[in-house]
Amino acid sequence: MEKKLPTIEIIEKYCKGCHICVEFCPTKVLEMQGFVVAVKNLEACIKCMQCELRCPDFAIKVTP
Amino acid sequence: MAFDYDKYIRPGKLPHIWCPGCGHGIVMKGLIRAMDSLNMKKEETAIVSGIGCASRLPGYMDCCTLHTAHGRAAAFATGVKMAKPEMNVILVGGDGDGTAIGGNHFIHACRRNIDMTYIIMNNYIYGMTGGQFSPCTPTGAKASTTPYGNPDPGFDIAKLAIGAGATFVARGTAYHATQIDKLIAEAIQHKGFSVVEILDDCPTTYGRRNKYRSVVEMMNRLKEVAVPVKAAEKMTAEQLEGKVLTGVLHKVEQPEYCEQYAKVLQRAQAAK
Repeated sequence: MEKKLPTIEIIEKYCKGCHICVEFCPTKVLEMQGFVVAVKNLEACIKCMQCELRCPDFAIKVTP
Repeated sequence: MAFDYDKYIRPGKLPHIWCPGCGHGIVMKGLIRAMDSLNMKKEETAIVSGIGCASRLPGYMDCCTLHTAHGRAAAFATGVKMAKPEMNVILVGGDGDGTAIGGNHFIHACRRNIDMTYIIMNNYIYGMTGGQFSPCTPTGAKASTTPYGNPDPGFDIAKLAIGAGATFVARGTAYHATQIDKLIAEAIQHKGFSVVEILDDCPTTYGRRNKYRSVVEMMNRLKEVAVPVKAAEKMTAEQLEGKVLTGVLHKVEQPEYCEQYAKVLQRAQAAK
């Protein structure tokens, strides 16, 4: 059965590039691209929502 | 669906003014999740703050909000609660606002046990005014006004609140994001004065003066110092050295001020 991938929406104009989501993602799904965060490896996402919970800038929305 | 934070945020107010990596945004998200879990109505919720970085929070919330004088959030909030006892009153502020400039208001609000929730974001420093040391700055830490290290011991806000008579006291950290909404929701449901202290990070004015190289390092420090209350029961005094207890630290039932005041009114009117 094919794994259902989550959607990770990044609102770039809210992101301040603090690195919290990148560092605390347990499967290293996210990376910095310049000053804002971007999705690098969506397949690895385990839908733990830690990036969304810890983003202080309301810039990440994860739909599992 | 992803959690809809926009429901409680004033349209067009984001992005907020807080610095990159500031934990206040994480606390605000926790507050929104707590309000949503309790199905709180915007028009029945008043969020009151004083002055400071943390006190900017009501400006982003689409509720009844008050941004008042420095340290005076408790005084204004008491007025709101007395005039409209059916309202949910939530106070927000920082450690400098709550325990130094508003220290007297804070302890007397605790003593009165009026049904409000005070969320104190403790980032150990006055952030907005330029990084001066606050009563919560730890001994030896550097601030703009203590460049050679702070000689004072810091306040323990939770112990201060318990000593002053608050009937619900809890503590969380910005790192433990899932715990924040549960603590705030329990505090809002508690009848009486409830205090939730959230340990926070200030990378701009505290971190860079105290050799924290990044926001992530400050977050990791919060993770290391926090010990849940239940886990602490099994630990020795040496193991608890330098640690901070988190979770619900104090919860008792006491007569609530608005109800007691209503009884005084009844007595006074019956005596006529």
